[in-house]
Amino acid sequence: MSEIAIRGLTKYFGTNLVLDRVDLDIKAHQVVCLIGASGSGKSTLLRCINRLVEPDAGTITLDGVANDAPQFGRTGLQSKVGIVFQSYNLFPHLTVLANLTLAPCKVRGMPRRDAEARAHEVLARFGMERFARTYPEQLSGGQQQRVAIARAMMTTPDVLLLDEVTAALDPELVGEVLAIIRDLKTRGLTMVIVTHEMGFAQAVADRVCFLSGGRIIEEGPPEAIFTRPLHPTTQGFLARVLEPGQS
Amino acid sequence: MPQAGSGHRLCPPPEGPPPRPRKAGFDWRAAFMPGLISSASIIVVFGTLAWLVTSADQWPRIKAQFFNIDHMIAAAPRVAQGFLTNLQVWLIALACIAVWALVLAVLRSLRGPVFAPFRLMVVLYIDFFRGVPALLLVILFGFGIPALNIPGLPNSGLFWGGVAMVLSYSAYVAEIYRSGIDAVHEGQRAAAKSLGLSEWQTLIYAILPQALRNVLPALMNIVVALQKDVALLSVIGVRDAVREAQIYTATTFNYSSLVVAALLFLLATIPMARIADWVNRRDRARRLQMAG
Ligand SMILES: Nc1ncnc2c1ncn2[C@@H]1O[C@H](COP(=O)(O)OP(=O)(O)OP(=O)(O)O)[C@@H](O)[C@H]1O
Ligand SMILES: [Mg+2]
Repeated sequence: MSEIAIRGLTKYFGTNLVLDRVDLDIKAHQVVCLIGASGSGKSTLLRCINRLVEPDAGTITLDGVANDAPQFGRTGLQSKVGIVFQSYNLFPHLTVLANLTLAPCKVRGMPRRDAEARAHEVLARFGMERFARTYPEQLSGGQQQRVAIARAMMTTPDVLLLDEVTAALDPELVGEVLAIIRDLKTRGLTMVIVTHEMGFAQAVADRVCFLSGGRIIEEGPPEAIFTRPLHPTTQGFLARVLEPGQS
Repeated sequence: MPQAGSGHRLCPPPEGPPPRPRKAGFDWRAAFMPGLISSASIIVVFGTLAWLVTSADQWPRIKAQFFNIDHMIAAAPRVAQGFLTNLQVWLIALACIAVWALVLAVLRSLRGPVFAPFRLMVVLYIDFFRGVPALLLVILFGFGIPALNIPGLPNSGLFWGGVAMVLSYSAYVAEIYRSGIDAVHEGQRAAAKSLGLSEWQTLIYAILPQALRNVLPALMNIVVALQKDVALLSVIGVRDAVREAQIYTATTFNYSSLVVAALLFLLATIPMARIADWVNRRDRARRLQMAG
């Protein structure tokens, strides 16, 4: 049930203005895709939502509560909002099982037994149960990414942030990860997805936001954005990515 | 049906079985030639050296002075006794260095302005202890501090010399640890933070295990080097292998005892060097596997 409201979000890296007064409302159970050219600020926007990046100005609220409010405590926000990265970022020195149970055990003080039971349950849901005892580097990219999603789902978050989760995968492995995301959507998870897979965005998104120069310059339902983009920058971008080799 | 002339066609499989692999069976030449060549070259090089040395005018005198079997046997028990001291100091110092250097490296890698004074102190520490020769530190600590006669502090040169070694080596090892910490991918911190781990937990559970694995080969070299450098303590009168050998030399005017000490050091360091090689190879294989 998390409604996300972003107001006037501004972020500088040094003197480089990366997010410029971004406003965005995301309803509970909605899937929003962020698209845009490299460097347009998509990842930074995503990382502000779970406070991996501290914005310079603006607010982000979850159900009306600011995401840096004291009532979240040190780790409350992280159990409500999960994130998955392009490069998986699994801990290479830990088994799949230990990757999943590390935070529940150490951060939330869950007994090991309960955490492992929960981990097996989550892994089973993503078809990864037989890999519980293997190390990440022994898995394919698609399998690693499924583990990373499982790790983010350990605390049953309301919101999942996905940052180009298929960008590092071989084409034939993309499907298995996208299938999981579709499955999560049917379970009612609120998701913010940065992606370069326009076909996927079109299929899964309730809304698509196009970022350019740190601003959302156009947003709307996927049919509208992909078939009748209004802004010339959006038109140019879509022309380039939808018909590679034509630019 | 493919259209004639479009170049689009099905490719038929080749007929018959594939050709056999080029080399079947054991290749004696490939197996033994390298070993043969290297043995031959070793014999030639060292044989020539040995011939040059033994044919020198003064060789018989040198031989009696440095390689006298009787003196070697006579000196061996005391030198070996001293060498036990070396081994003890080495092991204790290793443990202290491992811990103290880790503390330094962790303090230096803490982020945030609150920790700036710690970072600065560690930088100064490392600059100082890497800049001053270990030998000088051993002399200063080993003679200086006991001479102060501060009540409550240990008074032995061995203790303070050991402290000097630990402080000096820790500066190097801290830098090695730090390079390992820096080499851990930034995404690992982001992942840990996104899971709710505190900075401290991130370090303990995510960063340090990877950092230590990164620098294990470099640490093995330090372990080997320290084993020899314990001999520096002989200058402040610690009766280690070198000191015992010198004492023997002083009474008999024969240097064979020093050769005995050298042999003991070799006996201890060569196996360790091989272990270090092995660790290096394994580490390299792991990295290659990861990159591929
Ligand atoms: N930690 C950082 N320090 C300094 N600059 C950064 C940092 N992270 C991002 N930037 C800069 O901020 C800008 C936006 O980066 P961001 O990663 O949000 O873009 P993006 O839209 O996700 O691009 P991509 O599609 O390449 O992932 C870029 O110019 C980038 O160089
Ligand atoms: Mg990005």
